[in-house]
Amino acid sequence: MSAASGRAQAGSVTSTIWLNGAARSIPASCLLVELVDALGFAGKRIAVEVNGQIVPKSHYGQVRLDADDRVEVVVAVGGG
Amino acid sequence: MGKIEHASAAPLDTPFVMGGETFRSRLLVGTGKYRDFTQTRDAIEASGAQIVTVAIRRTNIGQEPGQPNLLDVLDPHRFTILPNTAGCYTAVEAVRTLRLARELLDGHDLVKLEVLGSKETLFPNMPETLKAAEELVKDGFRVMVYCSDDPVQARMLEDIGCVAIMPLASLIGSGMGILNPWNLNIIINEAQVPVIVDAGVGTASDAAIAMELGCDGVLMNTAIAAAGDPVRMAVAMRQGVEAGRNAFLAGRMPRRGYRADPSSPMAGLMS
Repeated sequence: MSAASGRAQAGSVTSTIWLNGAARSIPASCLLVELVDALGFAGKRIAVEVNGQIVPKSHYGQVRLDADDRVEVVVAVGGG
Repeated sequence: MGKIEHASAAPLDTPFVMGGETFRSRLLVGTGKYRDFTQTRDAIEASGAQIVTVAIRRTNIGQEPGQPNLLDVLDPHRFTILPNTAGCYTAVEAVRTLRLARELLDGHDLVKLEVLGSKETLFPNMPETLKAAEELVKDGFRVMVYCSDDPVQARMLEDIGCVAIMPLASLIGSGMGILNPWNLNIIINEAQVPVIVDAGVGTASDAAIAMELGCDGVLMNTAIAAAGDPVRMAVAMRQGVEAGRNAFLAGRMPRRGYRADPSSPMAGLMS
């Protein structure tokens, strides 16, 4: 993960991240907000962690995903 | 319809205050194991519960967009959502889970901590539970904590700053009822914070027994969700908790052993 203000890396068109434990191809220098949109989670009640750090909703647009980043997207499910 | 058409006014209860909030219902319910979200919602409405537990899990990537989410059914503005750490076996995992939950719930900080120590019995790992409680309290969480029914460790959790002590009555999901009322009694008598029986309740009389002991509330999931008719059992549990609470407040008569005592006068019997 890197700050969105940094210049995007030239080169490969896609990179691979680990999304909820599974490999996933994303456009190189994809913003977290773009991934969340692409997954259909925009406006949904989710929480996101990138490389073990929680990213507040308000920061999704400021985080650029790098190859091998570990992204976790969690929701509330039934439980006791 | 009987001859008496109106009940007398409901007896007053003392308010149920926990973590600085006042609640009307002393029944707390889980949301797991229901057939579908409709049944979840109907059972929870019928239970009258205000505090509702949820688990935090990885979302299904590639699920149908627009597929309903549990929190679409249980509006966090209407219910106090209590995220749990079910399935966590270390303090690190539990703390991580609840930090994610706080982000998920827009900063909501009332949580249920449980750190398990045995996959077979789901008994809590108390050293890890104490460690996690300490870290969470320091981080500003209001921690309700699932624990063993050991009065000494219950006291330690209270000293750390947990807002509710939640000993098991029997194993999670076992429906075995209140197996050690004596330990629960010691915890209830010593605690300055609410004591909530968490786990083991199987039917309405179990909930009533917990409340008669002087518990401040009862938390359950399987007893309702796995009942033949969950919605009706939710009603029974609400009534069981209320009946037990009123019995506790009223104070039961002394047990008299084998000494019978007639309820009708002995005087004036026709000879």
